[in-house]
Amino acid sequence: MPRYFTEEHEWIDVEGDSATIGITDYAQEQLGDIVFVETPQAGTELTKGAEAAVVESVKAASDVYSPISGTVTEGNSALDDDPELVNSSPEDEGWFFRLTVSDASELESLMNEAAYKAFCDGL
Amino acid sequence: MTDNDEFEELPPVKLPLDSWHRSHGARMVPFAGYEMPIQYEGIKAEHDWTRNHASLFDVSHMGQLAVSGENAAHELEKLLPASIANLPEGQMRYSLLLTEAGGIIDDLIVTNTGAHLALVVNGACKWDDIAHLREHLDDDVTLTHFDDFALLALQGPEAAAVLEGIVPGVGELSFMRAGLFQWDGQHLWVSRAGYTGEDGFEISIHQSHAVALADALVADERVKPAGLGARDSLRLEAGLPLYGHDLTLDTDPVSAGLSFALAKSRRATGGYFGHAPSMARLEDGGVAQKRVGLALEGRLPAREGAKVYSGDALVGTVTSGGFSPTLGHPVAMGFVETEHAVEGTELHLEVRGKRLPSRVVPLPFVPHRYHRKGAS
Repeated sequence: MPRYFTEEHEWIDVEGDSATIGITDYAQEQLGDIVFVETPQAGTELTKGAEAAVVESVKAASDVYSPISGTVTEGNSALDDDPELVNSSPEDEGWFFRLTVSDASELESLMNEAAYKAFCDGL
Repeated sequence: MTDNDEFEELPPVKLPLDSWHRSHGARMVPFAGYEMPIQYEGIKAEHDWTRNHASLFDVSHMGQLAVSGENAAHELEKLLPASIANLPEGQMRYSLLLTEAGGIIDDLIVTNTGAHLALVVNGACKWDDIAHLREHLDDDVTLTHFDDFALLALQGPEAAAVLEGIVPGVGELSFMRAGLFQWDGQHLWVSRAGYTGEDGFEISIHQSHAVALADALVADERVKPAGLGARDSLRLEAGLPLYGHDLTLDTDPVSAGLSFALAKSRRATGGYFGHAPSMARLEDGGVAQKRVGLALEGRLPAREGAKVYSGDALVGTVTSGGFSPTLGHPVAMGFVETEHAVEGTELHLEVRGKRLPSRVVPLPFVPHRYHRKGAS
């Protein structure tokens, strides 16, 4: 299953026409202790770059943008009670939402893991 | 290019402990014109450590000023609503610089050191404060800016035992008392005060020895460094206002719940900037708004700028807010219309189109644990 990354520090796993989206370990490290995550509701139509979720750390609220266009199929309800999952398991249990990919060509402009690592090393 | 542009392009200034912070893993951010540590291992961990042990905060960005001369106390009393002339040696007092209209220019601590009257003012306000003091104090009064001194805050229930171990005698100070001590051949001006709600000290030391003192303090396993992030969440829980957020030129001591800073002994006689408008505000019905504490349900914090509603009516604005690590739920401070400022009032805070239920609660959110005189 290919995993893609964005310069806004999101990861996207794609399986068929379904994509799972979360924020990277680098992002959670920067945000610090997370106290609340607002995920999009099923049925929400997102265009690439649209505000999709909000993550609140002890410090501040940060927007999470949809890296690709699609229709949300579910938000991660586990984050409602346990937002710390984003800190403890950002790239697995702490996923934010799933969507049905509406334009697979949008994936072409995203980074693979090696490219993302090089991008972070340059920050 | 105008002078103003030139000013804004100045890079942040490095403080005496800059390299020390970086070598201890701090994430540095620009704040009040300086590069300051926002966190080391994490805000929540540093917050909890301060509540249970002792944390070292670098607050060297703050302005350490002194006013001296025969008429220093009298002259300061023209600018502060406090009683300065009768301030005992070694005694500290919270006070405010007020405009003629009674707006708050800055909040500060004034201490009678014996040699002079020391002022510790906010880092972001210090240049304006200095200009204000220079403009209004008599020429016979000398204003000194100790910009070659660092200021370290050691805060938490274990702070007294730690500091007593390396600076014997500091344990004798009670809350809001200060004195001169010696450490490693250096003068330390030590004040038993802080901005966390915990017992603790602020230590003024010449910048040449600041790193050595910081090293000596964190050598004790009860002490860890903490950044501005934890300082902010701690002071919020302690219900302490932050200038530029909860206090501004548009707020006044009475609305802000700081009437205690308007010395009773000077209410009738006055003679300071903002006296008449402050006295009018002390009357029943004298203020349209009051600063309140708001406790929220759930986990979503309401932050500065969130609107406060009673039913459909807009009745106020949040000025500070965040998640309280100690209480496990969000808290906020804000100004609300006086009739809605009564403890227990149910109000709603608007965050991204949602109305979050909240309740007016007394401040502080987390009880202070100061070492007051007479207490054990």
